[in-house]
Amino acid sequence: MSEDILMDIKRDYVLSKIRSGERIDGRKFDEFRPIEVKTNIIEKAEGSALIKLGNTQVIVGVKMQIGEPFPDTPDMGIIITNAELVPLASPTFEPGPPDENSIELARVVDRGIRESEAIDLRKLCIEEGEKVWIIFIDIHALDDDGNLMDASSIAAISALMNTVVPASKFEVGDDFNLPVNDIPISVTSLIVDDKLIVDPSRDEMSVGNNLFTITSNKESNIVAMQKSGSYLLDEEKFYELLDLSVSKAKEIREILINQLKGGENGEN
Amino acid sequence: MEKPKLIINGKRLDGRDFEELRPIKIQVDVLKRADGSCYLEMGKNKIIAAVYGPREVHPRHLQDPSKAVIRYRYNMAPFSVEERKKPGPDRRSIEISKVSREALEPVIMKELFPRSGIDVFVEVLQADAGTRTACLNAASVALIDAGVMMKGIITSVAVAKVDGHIVLDPMKEEDFYGEADLPVAFLIRNDKIESIALLQMDGKMSVDEVKEGIKLAKKGAMQIYKLQREAIMKKYMEDEEKEEV
Repeated sequence: MSEDILMDIKRDYVLSKIRSGERIDGRKFDEFRPIEVKTNIIEKAEGSALIKLGNTQVIVGVKMQIGEPFPDTPDMGIIITNAELVPLASPTFEPGPPDENSIELARVVDRGIRESEAIDLRKLCIEEGEKVWIIFIDIHALDDDGNLMDASSIAAISALMNTVVPASKFEVGDDFNLPVNDIPISVTSLIVDDKLIVDPSRDEMSVGNNLFTITSNKESNIVAMQKSGSYLLDEEKFYELLDLSVSKAKEIREILINQLKGGENGEN
Repeated sequence: MEKPKLIINGKRLDGRDFEELRPIKIQVDVLKRADGSCYLEMGKNKIIAAVYGPREVHPRHLQDPSKAVIRYRYNMAPFSVEERKKPGPDRRSIEISKVSREALEPVIMKELFPRSGIDVFVEVLQADAGTRTACLNAASVALIDAGVMMKGIITSVAVAKVDGHIVLDPMKEEDFYGEADLPVAFLIRNDKIESIALLQMDGKMSVDEVKEGIKLAKKGAMQIYKLQREAIMKKYMEDEEKEEV
């Protein structure tokens, strides 16, 4: 009960701030929280990254195995993305099989990577119709302080960019760096009245779940979109979101590239 | 697999123009037990939707004292696709159920039915691309048939980018081989499109192409809306005639 009252107070505070053109943490409406990426943090994984987006923390681990291709794409590798919202990351997460939120999270991250063709799946074919590489992208939330979606997408592509395909372990040649051709960036906004607020924090989400995610690639093409939450969106607002998300994505991509260069083994 | 040409001489594989819907058939009140129901065909898609409620919610802790709880279940029959689909919900169905429910929730006047539940069950009997949109169209007709109060009607359609062209209502081949798929649902009220209730996209499109796609989807939605309306009107006319006899 006291939680509910606190939520109400928080909601009123966040709303009144936003209505007067401010955010509770002093950010501009179109400002992301600071991004910090560390790669290769899990030695047993083929690729990994820990990202901090403000106080939100996510680890993504990439594991690779050899398996049979799908019958309709016999010459292509396979991407499987999974997200676990473990109870350690938030008081609202419950143990158990993935719920609709974690499924949505994984599928939207997956679409960004898949549709941007960031990974050339044809280069992951070992023997047509018989053997291909399967990439498992596992998203592990550690601390949900809002916008797990963008944190997870950044973590996923960062981990992939540092993935070494373990060919020698499976006796199919020499190890090689996973070929990554694009950096899809998702931008999630919270819609409050007629205002768009990028990268919402947990406290800001107390005003509602009206989220929209737009992922774009390095050519500023849209590769994935998802309206998430029970709300109605004005058509003109949607066009505003499109332009906002594409320009934000460019900025985040630059930040990410710089971070990865700075980090250990960053360049590949 | 080699990608076939999807546009030949300015026509699509099934002979349609870029801005043409597949044939649509809508029938209201097709199930006896459900409070509202609808059978809908959109090209080769065959969809049946049922609405139960407002009714008591079980388990009771899921009740909301201020409004009705909406549940939406999108389910594909095992025989609905080329390769048999394993029965039961998979990750795709769970995601579709979530975004579809979220499209209906702000339209249903939930506050009028506190502590109750409204269940929408949609079965895909045959699938041929665009099932989530076809299901939403059937679901909103079934909701009206059940007498659930709504702020308007939800009408949904997909657009796609196929061989560089933006086309309306893609079928299976266009969905599979095309460059992008963009399903949208609109709230239509007083014969006018008011807002976007669902929007997803995967593939590759420029910002301008997305905008063009939305414009085309609006055109398609208005046509579907007329058919939804007609189907509902027809049912009430028949009811009236029966009463007169």
